[in-house]
Amino acid sequence: MKTLAEWKAGEALEPVVIGPVTRLDLIRYAGASGDFNPIHTIDEEARLAGLPGIIAHGMWTMGNLSRLFTPFLDSAFIKEYSVRFQGMVLLGDRITLQAVLENRAGRTFTFAVTAVNQSDKTVLKGHLVLEWLREPPASE
Amino acid sequence: MLRDKIGRRSGRVKNRVESGWVQRFAEAIGNAAPVFLDEEAAAATAHGRPIAPVTFPVTFDYGQIPDLGLPPKGLIHGEQTFRYRRPLHVGETVYCHMELKDYYEKVGKSGTMGFAVLAKRVEDESGELVCEAEQVIIINEAVRKEMSR
Repeated sequence: MKTLAEWKAGEALEPVVIGPVTRLDLIRYAGASGDFNPIHTIDEEARLAGLPGIIAHGMWTMGNLSRLFTPFLDSAFIKEYSVRFQGMVLLGDRITLQAVLENRAGRTFTFAVTAVNQSDKTVLKGHLVLEWLREPPASE
Repeated sequence: MLRDKIGRRSGRVKNRVESGWVQRFAEAIGNAAPVFLDEEAAAATAHGRPIAPVTFPVTFDYGQIPDLGLPPKGLIHGEQTFRYRRPLHVGETVYCHMELKDYYEKVGKSGTMGFAVLAKRVEDESGELVCEAEQVIIINEAVRKEMSR
């Protein structure tokens, strides 16, 4: 892993692609989060709400995006994480999770984060602030 | 409608950061990592013990704001923020409550939309703040009319 001194603004983390989104993904998230709003799991309810189909919980996408930072959590913690949900995530979608280091002040790194679907539409956009508690361990 | 309820809050509710729940939650967001789940691996981290995923506070019970009257259906989650003083530790007991921090309306193409801002607080057993979460809920024209009946 990079030393803290090696990080520069503008550097991107390795993006992660998730999906295609399945109903089971959303049923599992509903159970694990306690958010049983039926527009996320039941077709009929989604239609009644005027949606094209069931949509992913915004928090499912936000939670998934945080995995980009998990490799750093041995030495850091996520101090702040804020997003705006800009678009719907539908069944079958493939979502690309991205983060770019925007600026750094000492041990506090601020990343711009986005989630983009297969048609290049941004579904989520925000910021994540990582605070390093120690130098990351050097790895092979 | 909701404007006169700004400042109302729920009572404090005791919650536990339960390891089995952390595991199911981490799996559901594709993030089942040792730092959340494995005591031995987590002992070698800067935290010295397993921590919870950053969005885990969505699972907590924050109680009910008296007579808030938000409908169970038709709401849109617009924005979400978490601000931490320190990581949340697996196994710890926390106390949670929330407040209606703000309510405002905006006129758009599809009518008047309402925006309710819920501010949630997670405190540890000594009353120290661990995490603040803010949630913006969008209430569309149809739901808003239903509520003001």
